[in-house]
Amino acid sequence: MIQTKINGQPRQIDIDPATPILWVVRERLGMTGTKFGCGIAQCGACTLHLDGKPIRSCSTPISEADGKAITTIEGLAGPDGALHPLQQAWIDAQVPQCGYCQSGQLMSAAALLRDTPRPSDEQIDAAMSGNICRCGTYGRIRKAIKAAAGIAAAPRAASAEG
Amino acid sequence: MNKWTRRGFIGTGVLAGGALVVGVAVRPGNQVGKLRGDVATGEGDQLVNAWVKIGRDNTVTAIVPHCEMGQGVHTSLAQMLADELDADWSKVTAMQAPADGFYVVPDAVREFIATWSLDAPRWIEPTYNGLFTKVSQLGDALVTGGSSSVRATGQHTMRIAGAAARQMLIAAAARKWGVPADEIVTENSMLTHKASGKAGTYGDFAEAASHETMPQLPPLKDVSQFKLMEQGIQRLDIPAKVNGTAKFGIDAAISGQQLKYAAVKAPPVPGAKVETIKADTAKTMPGVLQILNMGDFVAVVADGYWQAQQALNTIEAHYSTTANDGLDDAGLRARYAKALDAAGDKGGKVLAAKGDAAGAFNGAAKKVTAEYQAPFLAHTAMEPMNCTAWVHDGRCEIWTSTQVPLMARSAVAKALGIGAGDVTVNQLYLGGAFGRRLESDYAVQAARIAKATGYPVKLVWSREEDVRQDFYRPADTSRFAAGFDAGGKLVSWNNVFTQLHDPAGAWDASQYDIPNLSIRHAEADMHLRFGSWRSVDHSQQAFFIESFVDELAHAAGQDPFEFRRGLLGKAPRHKVVLEKVAQMAGWGTPPPAGTTRGIALVKAFGTIVGEVVELSMSGGRPRVTKVWCSADAGYVMNPDGFTAQMEGGIVFGLTAALYGGITLKDGAVVQGNFNDYPMVRMNEAPEIAVEFINADTKVLGGAGEPGLPPIAPAVCNAIFAATGQRIRNLPIMGHFA
Repeated sequence: MIQTKINGQPRQIDIDPATPILWVVRERLGMTGTKFGCGIAQCGACTLHLDGKPIRSCSTPISEADGKAITTIEGLAGPDGALHPLQQAWIDAQVPQCGYCQSGQLMSAAALLRDTPRPSDEQIDAAMSGNICRCGTYGRIRKAIKAAAGIAAAPRAASAEG
Repeated sequence: MNKWTRRGFIGTGVLAGGALVVGVAVRPGNQVGKLRGDVATGEGDQLVNAWVKIGRDNTVTAIVPHCEMGQGVHTSLAQMLADELDADWSKVTAMQAPADGFYVVPDAVREFIATWSLDAPRWIEPTYNGLFTKVSQLGDALVTGGSSSVRATGQHTMRIAGAAARQMLIAAAARKWGVPADEIVTENSMLTHKASGKAGTYGDFAEAASHETMPQLPPLKDVSQFKLMEQGIQRLDIPAKVNGTAKFGIDAAISGQQLKYAAVKAPPVPGAKVETIKADTAKTMPGVLQILNMGDFVAVVADGYWQAQQALNTIEAHYSTTANDGLDDAGLRARYAKALDAAGDKGGKVLAAKGDAAGAFNGAAKKVTAEYQAPFLAHTAMEPMNCTAWVHDGRCEIWTSTQVPLMARSAVAKALGIGAGDVTVNQLYLGGAFGRRLESDYAVQAARIAKATGYPVKLVWSREEDVRQDFYRPADTSRFAAGFDAGGKLVSWNNVFTQLHDPAGAWDASQYDIPNLSIRHAEADMHLRFGSWRSVDHSQQAFFIESFVDELAHAAGQDPFEFRRGLLGKAPRHKVVLEKVAQMAGWGTPPPAGTTRGIALVKAFGTIVGEVVELSMSGGRPRVTKVWCSADAGYVMNPDGFTAQMEGGIVFGLTAALYGGITLKDGAVVQGNFNDYPMVRMNEAPEIAVEFINADTKVLGGAGEPGLPPIAPAVCNAIFAATGQRIRNLPIMGHFA
């Protein structure tokens, strides 16, 4: 029996302890915001927080969550439903296209900003390069992270015009 | 010949609750090329490609016949409809048109077209009782799939539906108020008649409007009258995509049913069959319910997906042999070379001919020849292929992410031996598609497993299955021979290549004014399945053509921008786009220290796109730091959405150019996951600046695909500027390992 907290709620889960957290969350608990992308911790679509740290849930067995707290995209907003600043920034910058990778992107970004409230471009690269986006929203993700962090947008390529 | 019945062409109707419904119907019985059999069959089938519904509560629902896969089409099409309707945007929602029309007008609305593409006023034809798009001229254009929603459906269906509904509302109000229709003004979902002081909402007149005659050709707004079109309206689907509530195919659930989960593995070499399987271990693994040898694939069904996949991984399968079991890349290229050798400088199927390209080359003062190669590419949408299926009582219901719900329905019906009417397709958001979800193989697999087991089953492909069982952008080889006369003028362009699919004319080079031109196809077989991969033939042709043009510029001792510009005398819109992107990038000024620039220009899916990249060779490896993009798509309906599509096309194309390479060993695909089929990530994503030119409000170009083709040649041309090394086969990083 695994004892864990999911988005603040204590849960007891009777399951093969080798089962990856991803499938426990998606299939057993019916929380489908966390996505399957590669199964080998290469794409970041399954990113969620384990005791506040971003992990690849497709490759982390549920046994590692025993006695710990899991936060998924469904728990990123405040208890009152107020959007996390990153979620609002994502809307403002119109980041998602297909949207499939964005739960993982947001969870990686949320962990980044909690540890590094004003990240440099290099810190954004380091924190976010584990998350693949096939739609190519990287530029908007960077912009949204900076907006949520209160960092003025860097001059864009357009400024070189003329 | 189908009968033209009133019932078959209901253009308007009243829903329970008194809503006005307006549709733009498609004539049945017309030829629509290859897809016809899949989208509509039989007497009385009715295609309705768009609807607007106006409720008593004054809400407007745009029923959008295109799937949402990241292109923002639910928003942009609703936006176009709402503008013509003079609707209050805050009261507008979009809904995915169902793959069955039961909810609207049973019997009359049977099917919806999923995607189509054509520049089109000429195929609109007013007919019997409504507005019917003349399908007969669509022909093969249906096959190209993407980049068509706004320019075809939006421009010629959603706008018309909106404008027609507006006129019907006005007519209803005029009748009730006893005032001339042309004195009624519409704005923000309100009708007002100034002289009499009367006013009402659209909702007030929705039901009455449904009894008015639907206008045959309602006038559409001029650009100066646009209120919502050309605005960067926020996407309707984004809020659900930042909080985990958006439902993709893989998230499907069946109310009241406990799903079982399936994992599958098909033979590695296309065409092989599963002869025997050894599943002793798998049978004993926890949660495993059934192990199936389906002949063309092996399936494990279990209580959970992970259990199914773990069990599948232990199964040893023995496959039948095929003629391609020994094929590797060298063998494939040899096959291609043989076809090209046989075609020589005149043979093969002639696609374009002007003057005497071979003769002019032979007499040229300066000759340039080159052979280019592009590899197979997989789509790797972030959401792996998946489908949930339930077969019971002679019927099948599926839940999936698909670009072609009706084709999926037909394919499932055929596989199960039941009628299409006994298959229900539920469409969810697509976690990327890029052309992969134009195929219905995964839906058919799920339906067959569901039938074989009796369970409601969710089939999920592993990423490895997704990479190895794709429908691929074909590997291609292209040969060029070009000649300059003694005065330095380019006089001959002779090109032959092996792979020809869609769209027509992706090989074209006639935007450049060259007196002698020959473009030919030397057909060579491949055994991997062809798939439409974002921009399809343009994805390789642009690399070939725009790289070779760059070679010619250097051979002529000219600046690559100026060289192109000099050849575009008869292509003024191309020239404007090229000049625009050059200006954006500061072409002609020295690039920042340690960087070089490359340029390319491609027209694809009706949109001309110019791109300039800025590149550094830090550590001996190319790194793209900036991309400037200018585009002429006729007229851009949602600037931010269009910009996002250009950005997306550039990154998708950059990934392919730098890293994309599916290779063969023993007839099978070697790569399997993102560790050996890498992607551009945040740390390699360039800054991208997009500007567009609104040059034609009538004929629009696409957005989803045209941003992609120029990026590969622009990068390679910048690498040449930096190193003198000409990249003639992709991926680029294969040269800098």
